[in-house]
Amino acid sequence: MELIRPDTRFDFIGKKKFTIWVSTVAILLCLGSIFLHGGLRYGVDFAGGILIQVRFSKAVDISEVRSALDAMGSKEAMVQAFGGENEFLIRVEKTTEDLEAVSKTIQISLQEKFKGKALEIRRAEVVGPKIGKDLKTKALWAVGLSFLGILIYVAWRFKEVAYGLGGIVALVHDVIVTYGAISIANIEYSLNVLAVIMTIIGFSINDTIVIFDRVRENVKKMRKDNLETIFNVSINETLGRTILTSGTVMGVVLILFFFGGPVIHDFAFALIVGLISGTYSTVYVASPIVLFWEQHISRRKRR
Amino acid sequence: MVSFCQGKEEERSMLRGLKWRLIIYATITLFAILLFLPTLTSQLPSWYTKVIPSDKIRLGLDLQGGMHLILEVEAEKAVESYVERIKNNLKDDLKDKGVPVGKLEREKSNQIVLEVSGEKERWEKILSQRYGMMQELSSSALDKGIWRVALVLDSRQADQIKKNAIDQALETIRNRIDQFGVSEPEITLQGIDRILIQLPGIKDSERAKSLIGRTALLEFKLVDEEGNFEEALKGNVPEGDIILYQRSVDPKTGGVKKIPYLLKEKTLMTGEVLKDARVALDSEFHEPYISLEFDDIGAKLFEQITGANVKRRLAIILDESVYSAPVIQERIAGGRAQITGRFTTDEASELAIVLRAGALPAPVKIIEERTVGPSLGQDSIRMGINSVLVSALLIVFFMIFYYRISGVIADIALILNIIFVFAVLSIRGVGATLTLPGIAGLVLSIGMAVDANILIHERIKEELRWGKTIRAAVDQGYHRAFSAILDSNVTTLIAAIFLYQFGTGPVRGFAVTLFWGISANMFTAVFVTRWVFDYLTLKVRIKKLSI
Repeated sequence: MELIRPDTRFDFIGKKKFTIWVSTVAILLCLGSIFLHGGLRYGVDFAGGILIQVRFSKAVDISEVRSALDAMGSKEAMVQAFGGENEFLIRVEKTTEDLEAVSKTIQISLQEKFKGKALEIRRAEVVGPKIGKDLKTKALWAVGLSFLGILIYVAWRFKEVAYGLGGIVALVHDVIVTYGAISIANIEYSLNVLAVIMTIIGFSINDTIVIFDRVRENVKKMRKDNLETIFNVSINETLGRTILTSGTVMGVVLILFFFGGPVIHDFAFALIVGLISGTYSTVYVASPIVLFWEQHISRRKRR
Repeated sequence: MVSFCQGKEEERSMLRGLKWRLIIYATITLFAILLFLPTLTSQLPSWYTKVIPSDKIRLGLDLQGGMHLILEVEAEKAVESYVERIKNNLKDDLKDKGVPVGKLEREKSNQIVLEVSGEKERWEKILSQRYGMMQELSSSALDKGIWRVALVLDSRQADQIKKNAIDQALETIRNRIDQFGVSEPEITLQGIDRILIQLPGIKDSERAKSLIGRTALLEFKLVDEEGNFEEALKGNVPEGDIILYQRSVDPKTGGVKKIPYLLKEKTLMTGEVLKDARVALDSEFHEPYISLEFDDIGAKLFEQITGANVKRRLAIILDESVYSAPVIQERIAGGRAQITGRFTTDEASELAIVLRAGALPAPVKIIEERTVGPSLGQDSIRMGINSVLVSALLIVFFMIFYYRISGVIADIALILNIIFVFAVLSIRGVGATLTLPGIAGLVLSIGMAVDANILIHERIKEELRWGKTIRAAVDQGYHRAFSAILDSNVTTLIAAIFLYQFGTGPVRGFAVTLFWGISANMFTAVFVTRWVFDYLTLKVRIKKLSI
């Protein structure tokens, strides 16, 4: 079976003047949304606070849970229906009080109020503000250093800093776009979303390297052509693979999006955005950066 | 003729290579399956577990349920109580040596300020000879020959105290959890002053927390009978005295009463000299109490204390609250005592555990708690397995649909890939646990495995299009696709290593499965599938490649 005919020649790179604007607008939109929302909507994992997930064996209305919490004087507690039936999420954001004690009081008073309804505490998280902050900085460092590692390896393997730089800028682009999408869709930023972001980074750099690899090969073969042509030819030659790989993964993610249930739904949404961005950024972010570098900055200028 | 011979020779050696490669790959695969099997079923014959490591894949707390705690050791408090002890000794010492001493107080956590009079050489000698760890910060002469001296604890000494406190806290908590009986707990130091505790499958999380977080400092102090009790309650506590309370719960109404005691501040004995603490039942009222047994030093000390204070009351204090204050009837030899109070059996056994395990040298604070109930863990596992299964099935069918026979080859590689990752995760020495973010890492590595196969297949098709023979196309296809696969996989490996090295919990969980997934991928996608293609072209000598 053949998806893309071998003589396909789309002028991908020729559209770069237009797509630079697309990328710029997308990034501004994303940063704008994050800015307007006052940063990402950090979950308990990062912001600190209390999260309690309870399930009752019999029907309980959300207002009953609310009034139970009000009665114990915990005004900051927010209740939200979650997942299956009679299941609720209770969260308390930043309080100055002793979080452990608050969590305990909430659990005890719920147990007393709903005695006949066999409640089960399915999850209880108490995260001190210091821990959340630590987690944020540590994750940032880990991702930042891994970017540096990628930059050095790619620059070494392709014997040119531009390729490493292009790959990293594309990654940053994808991360911003995904965070923007999370912000626009008002998805809570939790540890699991962080795992999704790392997955997107993995897919994106993989996609970029496959096309760079073809460029590396074609640079040796097409000595007379300029780099722009070489990029175009390489992207076209690998187009079949790009569509197959991205398509397969997208198929999986779409299934998870529609049938994965409410918890998976949010992750799948972020993955969809990240996948599209990751595939797009290889052609329209990473490649133009390499071209620009080689044409204007590199000492061994190539036309 | 010559070249023909060479060709024949080369082919023969390749066929031989084919056999050896099969043996190696098959052995590795078999071994992986054997390692993975114990995770799938526990009904394995006994000879199996003797020969093969029967470790199962360890599930993270988010999947199997349990409690995750991070405690912060307030090590500064250990310094504080050390300086406090020095202060008390210093007071007695100066008095014994006949040096008049006025004010004597601890300032901040590590300083002592005192006012002394008399010859400067005398008190300076006592200070420098016996209290070398306290450095003189300043001394100034007030009027009438009184000196005001400020001492500060040597900073290296203070650091050592803090370090010891943290180490001892770790050890003590380990002991307590051991005695509480949790299977496979994990208790490790994190950073400088944090203790990470993972208790899989724990049911009574509240009890575990109170057991772990309790300071359990046992102290014996004398009740001050002479001091003015009424005045002390109003706030005029006599010098050298403190007020502590006894909590008393009325069994009928459940109301809590606090009974104040005026005590001598000086601690005569602490729980350090305990040898054992057990729950015993009162023969008259059948109420549980805790019987204490002291070690040799403790027994002697207790005998001395009781001997010197007959007819006085000795308060038994645990974590700053008075449990009982019996009158000493006579000198007590033999090194035994008991703590009574209205305990429930659970409370009493918890107390006995913390007393046996020893006191925490400094208080600890829970700064992070994550408890996942077993039912939620089950749900998450189901969700994770379903997502992986759905993705795998979709990919398997798509590959067969698009690449036909070659797709089947890719699918075999994919399935082997997953088996290899699970086999590695089962090895205890690898120290990996499977978590929800770990499943995400696995999905990413599966995606990359698919990509590797697609890259190779597309290359082979490209070469076939150029009119190459099947054999040459396979050779060239693998050769050409290799650099792309290598570079993208190594890049991801580097990222995984950095994420593991610098990340915490969930980031690490992701990095571990990603790392092994990619490693397995390089093996299965590049070598195992290659063998199948080589077999088809060299041995079977297929005329047409279904790709």
